[in-house]
Amino acid sequence: MSSITTNEKVSRRDFLSIGAIVGAISAFALSIFGLMKFPMPGLFPDVSSIFKIGKVEDFPVDSSKIISDRNVMVSRDAEGIYAISLVCTHLGCIVAPSESGYKCPCHGSVYDVLGNVLGGPAPKGLNWFEVSLSPTGKLLVDASKTVKAGTKFAV
Amino acid sequence: MAKDAIEIFIENLKKLPLLFKQSLIRHDKPTSDRAKSQTVFSNIFLHIHSTRVHRYTLKPTFTFGLGIMAASSFMILCITGVILMVYYKPSVALAYDSIKDIQFIVPGGKFIRNLHRLATNIMIISVMLHMGRVFYTAAYKGERAFNWVLGVGLYIVTILLSFTGYLLPWDQLAYWAVTIGANIAASPREITDALGITSLFDIGGLTRTMILGSESIGQEALTRFYFIHIMVLPILLILLLSPHLWRVRKDGGLAKPENITEEDLVNTPKDSYSDKVFINAAPEKTYNLMCMVKGTSPAVGKGPENTVSSWPYLFTAEVGIFIFTLAICCLYALFVDAPLKEMANPMVPENPAKAPWYFLGVQELVSYSAFMGGVGIPTIVLIGLGLVPYLDREKQQLGRWFDDETGLLVATKSAIFSAVTCIGTLIFLVAFGWLRNWFPHIPQLIIIVLNPGTVLLTAVILWSIHIMKTFQSTRLAAISLFTCFIVFFLILTYFAVYHRGPNWAFYWWPSMWPIH
Ligand code: HEM
Ligand code: FES
Repeated sequence: MSSITTNEKVSRRDFLSIGAIVGAISAFALSIFGLMKFPMPGLFPDVSSIFKIGKVEDFPVDSSKIISDRNVMVSRDAEGIYAISLVCTHLGCIVAPSESGYKCPCHGSVYDVLGNVLGGPAPKGLNWFEVSLSPTGKLLVDASKTVKAGTKFAV
Repeated sequence: MAKDAIEIFIENLKKLPLLFKQSLIRHDKPTSDRAKSQTVFSNIFLHIHSTRVHRYTLKPTFTFGLGIMAASSFMILCITGVILMVYYKPSVALAYDSIKDIQFIVPGGKFIRNLHRLATNIMIISVMLHMGRVFYTAAYKGERAFNWVLGVGLYIVTILLSFTGYLLPWDQLAYWAVTIGANIAASPREITDALGITSLFDIGGLTRTMILGSESIGQEALTRFYFIHIMVLPILLILLLSPHLWRVRKDGGLAKPENITEEDLVNTPKDSYSDKVFINAAPEKTYNLMCMVKGTSPAVGKGPENTVSSWPYLFTAEVGIFIFTLAICCLYALFVDAPLKEMANPMVPENPAKAPWYFLGVQELVSYSAFMGGVGIPTIVLIGLGLVPYLDREKQQLGRWFDDETGLLVATKSAIFSAVTCIGTLIFLVAFGWLRNWFPHIPQLIIIVLNPGTVLLTAVILWSIHIMKTFQSTRLAAISLFTCFIVFFLILTYFAVYHRGPNWAFYWWPSMWPIH
């Protein structure tokens, strides 16, 4: 053979094979990477996270009401209206109102009436959702927007 | 004079059954030694066995047939599963009713469904026990290391099969068990929340969305669980099981001791070759594939002494175990019905919402910290299990339960140690509570690091290091660690099954649960 290949560390044939293999593997890896987006829903099939809960008059001061199909407790005190999620921050069971506030049936997390953790495995307090007023005068709760605990919607 | 074609044709027609049989089975009846061997190696399904097996490995008290039992229950599950698919409808609106139809209307439906549920339990129990037998007989060493890793993979797939199947009835049990499971997948949020980086990097939430196909459990989740349960995982299991069994064969059969005595072999079958000892004429079969690969097979240099023909001894044992497994499942299925609660109700959780028994140990850990109990500790344990054969490479006698008296002693001591620590921790927990009860504002990160689960984990790690130092042996350290984990698993499972009631509170007995 000619002298071109003699002092090469990698022969031309090996170089080309390695190149082909690397090319094939990277093409494969990239397409897998692209496919990983496949199981990620582009649009969530869930019902809208914003829902109407009624008029301001439906919530007299110092009352509270469970919106059961949304698992939210809506209360009103002198400072305003606020919505607390009833979904336990531990592993997602629905907490039930109790003497001291809320209790979770699944692993025994205990919360006070404002959703602060008193005991059990919950890593943080219950979520507070944003409350707003729609132009038609209905109160709206947005379960996709959590607000700082203690944020009340003044009416 | 040559026969004419018509005559030949008629002759062929007459001989048809015989010709067909000869083309199907191309050897004599398995009465001679030669034909017995041919039976094994000329059949694709049987040839995964070697033609002769060692008498030691046929001893019922050696393997207890647990691997075969696991495989048998998997077969039962595949068949009953396919039958259930005839009526099951994987849709949120119809799933529950279709299961109800199967349970109460379809002729034989209840029996098949019971069988499927029960075989799941048998499979899980036998896989766990099989892992225990392989571990305590040190059969994971040397060339078998990777087969142990395949085994850990099989264990994980078995557990996932059961978990995905649990959602399908769409009843209250299913819905809430899967809610909890999906949120365990999301629990790395505990860490990212504590570090305040969830909005940038929400790995927990991402995993959950991938599993559920949505933010909450609905049709997307059911569809995913359904096809994963009926397609992905069974295929994966078969893909793992094939090399698992293949390797047992390639490693020269099950791991057995070198110093086998007559005493070891009482009550094991024997045939005409079993007693023959070959001094020089050991099989010389060497690999010589296409003159390219050379090597020796594990049988080289070993005579047939103390082996018996696989046909019929091994096969009767295997078929016997299959029938035994099927018999327990059938008997149970006649008397015990698979549970079916009310239809799933996303507004009211079951109270207590308990996972199936084999997850309850983890559920107890999860009630200390979702991340540590549901992700952290299981991951550590599974990785640890997988690494056992690489970290313990001590040369030793294989194939004897607990190796010797020292092994048994260490196992017993470890069982006592772990039982005492575990029960002690649980008593402390029930009597005095844990950090959050004393300091309500304690940061979550401290609880993730310091909870009853991590305390127990640390205790056994220290204990097995102590054993490693005292006995200067990695094998004994492995025995102590493995034993401790089994005991923890048993005690935590028992505790969660019987002593956890509504609100996951402690009760002495389920009959004392408040009525609500
Ligand atoms: C679906 C689950 C499984 C099935 C169907 C299965 C099946 C089998 C069978 C039939 C054998 C032959 C010997 C015997 O019965 O003991 C075997 C051997 C073995 N299994 Fe499994 N197995 C499973 C899971 C596991 C697990 C979870 C482990 C451990 C982590 C494991 C590790 C091993 C090892 C290392 C051997 C070789 C033992 C030896 O050569 O002595 N297997 N398996
Ligand atoms: S889900 Fe509420 S305590 Fe576990």
